[in-house]
Amino acid sequence: MDLENQKRVKALAEQYGPENIIVILGAAEGEAAGLAAETVTAGDPTYAGPLAGVQLGLKVYHVCEPEVKDEVDSAVYDEQISMMEMVLDVDDIIKEMSTIRDEYCKY
Amino acid sequence: MMLRDKKAIIIGDRDGIPGPAIEECVKTAGVQVVFSSTECFV
Amino acid sequence: MYSVLKGASYILAHTPDMVIHNGTTQTTQRTIDPESEYLKNLDKSLRTYEECKAYLPNQTYIGNMTPQELAGYEQPWFLQKSEHTEREGKFGEIMPEDEFIGLIAICDVFDLVKLEVNFANTVRSKLESHSLINPALLKALEKGVALPEVKQLIEDTRVEPLYFNGNIVGCIKAAHDIDQSLSAHVIFENLVSKASCVLSLLHLIGKTEVNAEEIDYVIECSEEACGDMNQRGGGNFAKAASEMAGLVNATGSDVRGFCAGPAHALLHAAALVKSGTFKHVIVAAGGSTAKLGMNGKDHVNKNMPILEDCVAGFAVLISANDGVSPEINSDIVGRHTVGTGSSPQNVISSLTAIPLEKVGLKLSDIDKYSVEMQNPDITKPAGAGNVPEANYKMIGALAAMRKEIEKSQLADFVSEHGLVGWAPTQGHIPSGVPYLGFARQELMDKKLNRVMVIGKGSLFLGRMTNLFDGVSFILQQNSGAGEEKSVSETSVRKLIADSLKDFAKHLQGDEG
Repeated sequence: MDLENQKRVKALAEQYGPENIIVILGAAEGEAAGLAAETVTAGDPTYAGPLAGVQLGLKVYHVCEPEVKDEVDSAVYDEQISMMEMVLDVDDIIKEMSTIRDEYCKY
Repeated sequence: MMLRDKKAIIIGDRDGIPGPAIEECVKTAGVQVVFSSTECFV
Repeated sequence: MYSVLKGASYILAHTPDMVIHNGTTQTTQRTIDPESEYLKNLDKSLRTYEECKAYLPNQTYIGNMTPQELAGYEQPWFLQKSEHTEREGKFGEIMPEDEFIGLIAICDVFDLVKLEVNFANTVRSKLESHSLINPALLKALEKGVALPEVKQLIEDTRVEPLYFNGNIVGCIKAAHDIDQSLSAHVIFENLVSKASCVLSLLHLIGKTEVNAEEIDYVIECSEEACGDMNQRGGGNFAKAASEMAGLVNATGSDVRGFCAGPAHALLHAAALVKSGTFKHVIVAAGGSTAKLGMNGKDHVNKNMPILEDCVAGFAVLISANDGVSPEINSDIVGRHTVGTGSSPQNVISSLTAIPLEKVGLKLSDIDKYSVEMQNPDITKPAGAGNVPEANYKMIGALAAMRKEIEKSQLADFVSEHGLVGWAPTQGHIPSGVPYLGFARQELMDKKLNRVMVIGKGSLFLGRMTNLFDGVSFILQQNSGAGEEKSVSETSVRKLIADSLKDFAKHLQGDEG
């Protein structure tokens, strides 16, 4: 994850309390989604950014996951996201995200 | 309700779903978007 | 009449030392953790010049293989052996790093580049045999300095050292002590961009029937900015590069738009030619060192060579209609507007279905789409997926949503109307333009009727707007109507003389 974004995630978690935060991702594929999820839960796996070694354990979802999709207005979802469900490998994204959440999510 | 009243941090992707599109979407579930960004790997 | 695509050139410069010292992934890592394993072992993951030339996507970029031939090879391509290993290609060349450093020195007109004398002499003798480099330009390589002098400069001042095979062979000085816009770092990036643009221009002129003197205007569309602190980004790369390429009758300007820059610039060029303002306009851009090794960490983690080891460039000639070359149909133009929004379906609709619908065409009426042609060997291991394929899937998904095809036909749509990607991830370089050379040939050979060129840009990276951007246009077979014939003075005189003769005969006849 971009270093500046890591800095912002860290600062916002401190400001609002990590239990009040939800991170929503739009990554193009499973592995990238998993890496971003890992960054905001277990810490930056590349050890390059401000979240290296920082285990925030934030709640994190990809926007195409059913947990998010079920709670948002379906008309807006259709207009903004639905086409990409045909483009992205949503199953693979869900699999990667669930694995990371099960292991590292604290909230 | 998982999303309601949460502070949302959005990390979009230029080649996946961009930040503003996610923002439009999750706002309808009653979250407060506190940060939105779009990453680019190319 | 529509303007035409008269020619295209594509060049690469293999620059492994610049990957180490100038790519931002590496320079950032050096700032954070100079002792990191990644930096220590980086040189082991770099390719030799021979390996770089023998890489299938590179041979495709310079035109020795078609995208269709490339698609016949199993991915990842870095594991495949290429039949082609040539330096020269139908569209350009792959230049080795030492010669490219020489070209950088040639492109420096402010005495900012200092090359070590032996290196300068070696490079000069190599460039003497380069068919496109004017011998007069080689004088710039006669000013080599002793190595201790180069090392003293590196020690005393803020310069950018130049390396070849890991050794210091020169440096680039700052153009001002205080002005950050003229720092050695900025001058370095700008000279690299200029040099790769110049090489592209030389190949374009060398490979088309149009002479250097006939070029009226050049539009440069890279992602660099040149100027001083009072006008950072003032420009004008176009004119600076044209000067080096001997385009004595050209002026020009720079167009910017992130990765969409080239597509915007091509629209400008097409309009300038169609309106009759100019007859020959070149759109060109050099590459960027910042993006070298951008995804290097992912490549190294996956035991791959660092594939982002080339600075790239291209040049395209847009000319008045010659009756043969493919036409740029400027009546079918897609635009991502301020109001379009950033949802992927709105973005792709604004660039494809909406402009096509206006003229009664369907998405499947476009034979091939030239989208963001990034090489998947580079992007897939880095988590960005297969970028061109994702673009084709989006267009196909849009066709399915519009009931133009069945959802089950999506994969067929992608293979029929798409291409594999082969361009290096140099921002503006992969965006729509890499296919123009091939498209020109295929349209002229009547294998294709229409090609849509799409450029998309991530404007939000500049932090001035959250908006995305993009434009698209169509290339089509030439209608064959030929060049517009203006009625010349001579022909008018001849017409008058002929009718006077007729009239005189008529009078004679009356008298007789």
